[in-house]
Amino acid sequence: MPKRDDIESILILGSGPIVIGQACEFDYSGVQACKALRREGYRVILVNSNPATIMTDPDVADATYVEPLQAAFVEKVIAAERPDALLPTLGGQTGLNVGLELAESGVLAQYGVELIGAGVDAIRVAEDRRLFSEAMAEIGLDVAAAVRATSVEEAQAFAQEHGFPLLVRASFTLGGAGSGMAHDQASFDRLVAEGIAASPIGEVQVDESLLGWKEYELEVMRDHADNCVVICSIENLDAMGVHTGDSITVAPAQTLTDVEYQQMRDAAFAVMRRVGVATGGSNVQFAVNPATGRQVVVEMNPRVSRSSALASKATGFPIAKIAALLAVGYTLDEIPNDITRETLAAFEPVIDYVVTKIPRFAFEKFPTADRELTTRMKSVGEVMAIGRTFKESVGKALRSLEDGTIGFTGQAGDLDDDALREALRIPHERRLLDVDAALTRGWDPAEVAQLTGYDPWFVDQLLQIVEIRREVRSCETLRNVDATLLRRAKRVGLSDAVLAAVLHTTEAAVRQRRREQGVVPVFKTVDTCSAEFQAHTPYHYSTYEEETEVEVSGRPTVVILGSGPNRIGQGIEFDYCCVHAVLALREAGFDTVMVNCNPETVSTDYDTADRLYFEPLTLEDVLAVTDVEAAGDLRGVLVQFGGQTPLKLAHALAEAGVPILGTPPEAIDRAEDRGRFGAILDQLGIPQPPGAVARSLDEAVTTAQRIGFPVLVRPSYVLGGRAMEIVYDTDHMHDWLERNAGEGDVLVDKFLESAVEVDVDAVFDGSEVFVGGVMEHIEEAGVHSGDSACVLPPYTLGRGQQHRLRDYTAAIAEALGTRGLINIQYAIRDDVIHVLEANPRASRTTPFVSKATGVPLAKVAARVMTGATLAQLRDEGLLPPVDGITGPEPGHVAVKEAVLPFNRFQGVDTMLGPEMRSTGEVMGIDTDFGVAYAKSQAGTNAMVLPAKGTVFVSIANRDKRAMIFPVKRLVELGFEVMATQGTAETLRRAGVQARLVHKVHEGTPTIVDHIAAGEVDLVLNTPSGSTGTRVDGYEIRTAAVSHGVPCITTLSGILAAIQGIEGLRENKVGVRSLQDYHAELAALRLSTHPH
Amino acid sequence: MPALLVLEDGTTFRGEGFGAGGTTFGEVVFNTALSGYQEVVTDPSYRRQLVTMTYPHQGNYGVNRDDAESHTVQASGLIVREVSRTTSNHRSEESLDGYLARHGVVGISEVDTRRLTRRIRSVGAMRAGISTEILDADELVDRVRQSPGMEGADLATGAGTTEPYDAPAEGDARFRVVAYDFGMKRNILRLLTGAGCDVRVVPATTDPDDVLAHEPDGVFLSNGPGDPAAVKHGIAAIGRLLQEQTPLFGICLGHQLLGRAVGAQTYKMTFGHRGANQPVRNLASGQVEVTSHNHGFAVATESLPGDGPFGAVEQTHVNLNDDVNEGLRCRDVPAFSVQYHPEAAPGPHDARYLFADFVSLMEGAR
Repeated sequence: MPKRDDIESILILGSGPIVIGQACEFDYSGVQACKALRREGYRVILVNSNPATIMTDPDVADATYVEPLQAAFVEKVIAAERPDALLPTLGGQTGLNVGLELAESGVLAQYGVELIGAGVDAIRVAEDRRLFSEAMAEIGLDVAAAVRATSVEEAQAFAQEHGFPLLVRASFTLGGAGSGMAHDQASFDRLVAEGIAASPIGEVQVDESLLGWKEYELEVMRDHADNCVVICSIENLDAMGVHTGDSITVAPAQTLTDVEYQQMRDAAFAVMRRVGVATGGSNVQFAVNPATGRQVVVEMNPRVSRSSALASKATGFPIAKIAALLAVGYTLDEIPNDITRETLAAFEPVIDYVVTKIPRFAFEKFPTADRELTTRMKSVGEVMAIGRTFKESVGKALRSLEDGTIGFTGQAGDLDDDALREALRIPHERRLLDVDAALTRGWDPAEVAQLTGYDPWFVDQLLQIVEIRREVRSCETLRNVDATLLRRAKRVGLSDAVLAAVLHTTEAAVRQRRREQGVVPVFKTVDTCSAEFQAHTPYHYSTYEEETEVEVSGRPTVVILGSGPNRIGQGIEFDYCCVHAVLALREAGFDTVMVNCNPETVSTDYDTADRLYFEPLTLEDVLAVTDVEAAGDLRGVLVQFGGQTPLKLAHALAEAGVPILGTPPEAIDRAEDRGRFGAILDQLGIPQPPGAVARSLDEAVTTAQRIGFPVLVRPSYVLGGRAMEIVYDTDHMHDWLERNAGEGDVLVDKFLESAVEVDVDAVFDGSEVFVGGVMEHIEEAGVHSGDSACVLPPYTLGRGQQHRLRDYTAAIAEALGTRGLINIQYAIRDDVIHVLEANPRASRTTPFVSKATGVPLAKVAARVMTGATLAQLRDEGLLPPVDGITGPEPGHVAVKEAVLPFNRFQGVDTMLGPEMRSTGEVMGIDTDFGVAYAKSQAGTNAMVLPAKGTVFVSIANRDKRAMIFPVKRLVELGFEVMATQGTAETLRRAGVQARLVHKVHEGTPTIVDHIAAGEVDLVLNTPSGSTGTRVDGYEIRTAAVSHGVPCITTLSGILAAIQGIEGLRENKVGVRSLQDYHAELAALRLSTHPH
Repeated sequence: MPALLVLEDGTTFRGEGFGAGGTTFGEVVFNTALSGYQEVVTDPSYRRQLVTMTYPHQGNYGVNRDDAESHTVQASGLIVREVSRTTSNHRSEESLDGYLARHGVVGISEVDTRRLTRRIRSVGAMRAGISTEILDADELVDRVRQSPGMEGADLATGAGTTEPYDAPAEGDARFRVVAYDFGMKRNILRLLTGAGCDVRVVPATTDPDDVLAHEPDGVFLSNGPGDPAAVKHGIAAIGRLLQEQTPLFGICLGHQLLGRAVGAQTYKMTFGHRGANQPVRNLASGQVEVTSHNHGFAVATESLPGDGPFGAVEQTHVNLNDDVNEGLRCRDVPAFSVQYHPEAAPGPHDARYLFADFVSLMEGAR
């Protein structure tokens, strides 16, 4: 049956900000769906609060609303746009929940909007664990024994019957929030109580434990004619008990016989049919008892997911795109397979390689968080690697992680055997390396398998790597390693870096030896069909085999290096920039080549670049790509768009003779070397905070004393402000140095207290600068720019200051010698503009600026780096005649707010500081600052500002004076005030009556109890420098986060919040599409600066 | 143990021998199934073929007594990227390596099987040889060129049982079925007996009158290896059964033989269909079935007669990838057949309904 013609417009919901459990995979799936549906002639309306997504590019949907993903806002969009249908299955759990809410509240019926993809009943059955279990029983499928409980007592009865361990899961939550494994009564009671609190319906499910069972997933699709196919099977290396998002996973399944696999396949289709997913993709998870083969259904997701993104990248089958087409009435046999062109989507992909996914964690950012991996997801990103064998693919995945791991080295730090045994038993981030270490020590593989719960087949694969590495090691020197052994070592995925470490030589020497011996990789193709049909999509991976399938063209070619796994400090923003670079260069006639290893991204969609290499972003792997591409007209490599990952490779690539386009590596050095950068600023007469590079501990202390506390300290060459801290005195300095010993040089800078921090994103073409935007931070200097909210246009800077910022930016870019993007952070105090740092690359704010101003900065930069001038780009129409400072002030305000993962890491302080800890961001856009700010808070979902209620105030002494007027304003707005002794007294003297509550150490009920009881709607808590109040504040902030109460920790944040609350109370919150805002701004520019 | 694989066109692959040592010849083909190697190598339809598994890891879950499709390893050789030296599955009894060795079948691993598959895809299935004894490529190529090809080869006679035997129905016996064994897979027999059929399995050369003397409710025509055109006695027997209006159901070679008996032509495909992911459209229902395939010959769709010796014959199933005929039904006599494998093993269960259709056909003929 052809597509439906009774619907004309479709509303798609995105997934909002990047959080743990929901990353850029939904940008990838959303973009695919939008493109596919528009190509079919539908009008696509999109809601997503995340400005860093490709899907919110104004040319992806017909109308793009960067508005909070909450039913109230989406309802306004529905009222404005009157779509015929809503497709809720592409925006993760967030999109699904909002879609369900709109359906259940009658909004969809009221506006005549049809829910397509998954119906309300299907979503309910899939999401509600009891309904799901009942449904499974009905179709004769086995599930774990379970009970639902809304109180601890109810749950305890089940525990008595079944014994421990038991799995506790909160109903209707995301990524395993409110879940855990209880091994005893105490942990059980705690988990049940927490789960009930975390669940929006106050309910937990307690399950029979499947701990240690093998875990599998099938990605399945169904069309309305009931054709069902499996796209991919996935086997988890980590047994049941570790959230699948935190597990190392492998595709296809490796240890199931065909009989078992077909049983699973039949079950997956039965599940999809019974749950009632009429069309689209679903993910069904199974557990298999390794001793008996008993299979049980664990759960299903009636939507695209992180696993479906992985499955799409693993097979070349675009699940989200096909799901969108199925939702509008197509059947699988009506949709062509893009890769083979001659076959159809109605088939099951087969692969002739192995795919390994390894999650990426960020525990270094949360040192107090529990590192044990459980059913609650903790990873922030993932990498995928493709190899012909598991050995090759797991080795490639490991070196893709960029966490300092070069591959399997056999080292496990200084763990003794007992400690190593424990490390194998308890799932944690680096367990794979511990397995390598144990096998290197000669442990019995059976014991390793038993301790880890890894299937013995996988352990044997890892053992084979260890054995070949041992052979290499026994050669002692590189010269003794013959071509045969070198080839065998490469065939099991050992990196040049590992071989160099084993042979006590350099990576370059290994590479040279390999080339001399003809041991070089070939590139094969991901084609959905194991070569049965010819592939037309150049999606490649490297391997050590006999035949390469890359076909270079004669056209000028540019390689764009991606940003690798999502992590804190480096996320979707950089993928956005990479994709824009690709799009701009494709349009300008270049052949574009993408190299990346993050399966969640749009950049690794096979139709983004002309050629895609799914490869680790290491020197070895990137050089392998440039070697192959050099057969064509390779112009060079772009390292500016993928964040720190490719930038780190710039030097080595240049040394290896690969041309670096745009800003040359020397200019990168000039910006990153504090001494040289400082000298440039001195020469230009641009102020900077006094500071120095300390090369020893003593020097760091004396420098701090010389320039005066407080100082900002950090290790040199870091991204995301890792270990960066504001240090107030000598003791504190010693403490920091102790915690961060061995990090190399230390940068010590004067910290400018209560300065206004500003970010500038600009493009420099060698003679002219284009400032994309000036962003004023809401939090004062000292909060990492990635964690602080910012406003564009700046709300307190004068025109004169902005022009000075523009002049400084141009002067710095010119002096550094940059070509392309540059981001400069400034701090303004007493009308003096200080330069904090300059980053000659795409910044995290590049997409935000583009969304706020309608200027595609990353595209402009890509063109400039490949030779165009800004003047040319103005003529082409890619750039407006005026920039963010010379042009008119827009009629709207855009606020970017950071999203922090504190609800995932219990016991981690939520206080903001110089070390970045946010996972993502949202944008609020409106004509009114207060409303834009309120929207930005609502978009984060954790910080929905209340329009009325009770505010708890606890303020550091230095802020008390400044707090009086804001708190008075809240009282005027009708808020009741709650405060602890000191703050209450200050407020009372100013005429504000506050209800007195106990501090944490003053006896119950304390403020924490009040927060837990739901009596507080807003927490204002600024931490002071001294340790005592810090601890108290910590308890308060933690309680607020775990109970979902907005908690604001900076003075300026509080002021902005009050404007936001005013905006909400005046009820002037409307919605408007990005296309409208951009058109208005373009018209304004034209009226003030006609051509 | 170094091993050599050469194709008749001179393409050479070096690898490591596994299973039995020695030298073996056959037609080199590829199978894209991700699991099911044991079922594949024990399927008699793979006789005189060197089977390339495109998925690189083979042997992971070992070999067990239940999953064999016949009493022995039938393929003449196995070509893989990597054979597992360990096995992991609760049912595993033996390694794939040991299994092939025990049955005297030569295997070669460490082969760039994707390069090989691309070669077969572009040139077509061809003669090839694997050896752990002849490691000189030219010499082995010469030997390959002297080996017999697949076209015109009657491999089906002798691939199955040499003596008739009975397989009783599971539960109540509702039908009496005679199965012509051209190399029948065990799972077919399991599904027939599971559908309430008492089955008498007879050798490929059995006289149709002896079959009729058994008074069967229906006759089943099994899968098997080789060129259908060469199985003349089988085609003749089917003609005789059709004259008697005996309900017939054929699978794979059985489909091709039925096709020839009703007047259609068969032909050798370039490289055939072998795998567990082939989409087939059931033309009656419009549904797409994902199915298990193993055929290098096919019935020519355009040759299905509108008015043949047994009346009109229609196409019932077609491959979505390449429009190859996958099923036929006689309008005027009670007979139907499919080119692919509804019994799966290995592969999806989407087409199991065909066994019920056979039951209905027999019921209707009573």
